[in-house]
Amino acid sequence: MDKTVNQKAWFLVLPVFAVVAFSAILPLMTVVNYSMQDTFGNNQFFWNGVGWFKELLDPSTDLGSRFFASLWRNLVFSAVILAIEVPLGIVIALSMPTKGWTVAACLVILALPLLIPWNVVGTIWQIFGREDIGLLGYVLNHIGIHYNYVANDIDAWITIIVMDVWHWTSLVALLCYAGLKSIPDAYYQAAQIDGASRWSVFTAIQLPKMNRVLLIAVLLRFMDSFMIYTEPFVVTGGGPGNSTTFISIELVKIALGQFDLGKAAALSLVYNLIILIVCWVFYTVMTNAGIERPQKEGVA
Amino acid sequence: MHTIPGRRIIMSLFLVFLLLPIYWLINMSFKTNSEIVSTMTLWPHHPTLQHYMRIFSDESWYSGYINSLEYVVINTIISVTVALPAAYAFSRYRFLGDKHLFFWLLSNRMAPAAVYALPFFNLYSAIGLFDTPWAVALAHCIFNVPLAVWILEGFVSGVPREIDETAFLDGYSFPRFFAKILVPLIASGIGVAAFFCFMFSWVELLLARTLTTVNAKPISAIMTRTVSAAGMDWGLLAAAGVLTLIPGALVIWFVRNYIARGFALGRV
Repeated sequence: MDKTVNQKAWFLVLPVFAVVAFSAILPLMTVVNYSMQDTFGNNQFFWNGVGWFKELLDPSTDLGSRFFASLWRNLVFSAVILAIEVPLGIVIALSMPTKGWTVAACLVILALPLLIPWNVVGTIWQIFGREDIGLLGYVLNHIGIHYNYVANDIDAWITIIVMDVWHWTSLVALLCYAGLKSIPDAYYQAAQIDGASRWSVFTAIQLPKMNRVLLIAVLLRFMDSFMIYTEPFVVTGGGPGNSTTFISIELVKIALGQFDLGKAAALSLVYNLIILIVCWVFYTVMTNAGIERPQKEGVA
Repeated sequence: MHTIPGRRIIMSLFLVFLLLPIYWLINMSFKTNSEIVSTMTLWPHHPTLQHYMRIFSDESWYSGYINSLEYVVINTIISVTVALPAAYAFSRYRFLGDKHLFFWLLSNRMAPAAVYALPFFNLYSAIGLFDTPWAVALAHCIFNVPLAVWILEGFVSGVPREIDETAFLDGYSFPRFFAKILVPLIASGIGVAAFFCFMFSWVELLLARTLTTVNAKPISAIMTRTVSAAGMDWGLLAAAGVLTLIPGALVIWFVRNYIARGFALGRV
């Protein structure tokens, strides 16, 4: 499908550009401005050049060590939840009922966690995991597993990972389900005639067809887990110690807690840059996948 | 569609896993505080509506729901309205910088809210919108407008170009074509986009909390504040939590037939 060149299309895009520029570029200019300055309060600012950035990227300083520690934690967290949610999401999508009222029922229940405000998700798990009033904590402690997410690092991590799996696996599952639904029956019939095993049906038909949606799922899940804030903040507040302090939590601590505007701004810019790079990689892969697909199917 | 062995068991286990924490919240919201703290009961032995009564009779509580719905609705309307023409442009035309613009939009969807909290605070204070639903609605546009453009672009691309060309040959002007032909054709796509804008605006807390103090405070922020100030009123917290589930559940029910395609953002 070739598109015609038409510069007047800019007029159609202009409202979007205006709205997003107002919300994105103006505030970002403030951040850049802050990142170059130091303040001793009273709205008096001093030029600090790239000083904050130097401090941020040097792991031997306080700021730098906090930044790298939270970045590392965040990367581990994103990797773990992707490793759990993507395969689990595929399995759930393959387990969807094929017809009847159960389809709608499953879809509605699957989508339910996605529409719960993020701090309520935190509250739900905060309550659910407590050993005195929460079912999970109570049961675990009574069958002899000592579990306390407030005091124990490992327990805190497990709680947050399970919470994220609970919260977002449905998104991956629904995306995969949509991909699976688009496979014509003829493909399966052909596979049956060829005597293909269930595994080869999966690897040769279902997985390639889910390619695009899986890419969207991985992109969304990576990005959202990389900027996760509310849920762990409600459950653990970044603790015990700093063990669940992810980048966003660190940033809000520095910006709104300590009001260290220069440091926070420098951190914001580096944080944004990382996101931008990852986003660009995904975008390139995604648009390339989009170009390849029609050619393969011969629908140009 | 081919499925896997043992699918009923897998699905049932997963649904139980999803529903159990929610059940626990609902269960707690109907208990008295003394029952919550003193005994572990699987269902409320002395069911009470006292927590719900308190929320519905206290304006500082129920106004939170109204505030939240207010900015969510404003945001959804703005996002879908500005995104529609842009989605058409991205789907049909090539123009100077189109790919860069699309990427820039997408990257804003991914920008962490924590980065924008403080600058937004300054910006909306400066223009006098601070503590109004408009501030939150506009702030949420940063991730909802790109998302709406992305979803709608997928749906518009599903409409054959011949339809545009025929309409223009028949003498339809562009606005008339847009309103009379295109919009009805992608009505389900608009529904899906609105659903997503509603969803992401409804669940977001960090920006909504930073940009409001009293008059436009969202329910989710009222929950956190009351709990930390008045000690732990678990029953009330649970009841407030349960009430935040209802708008989401209603919206899902209305779009249940489009959920699958919607979550693929019109790109299957």
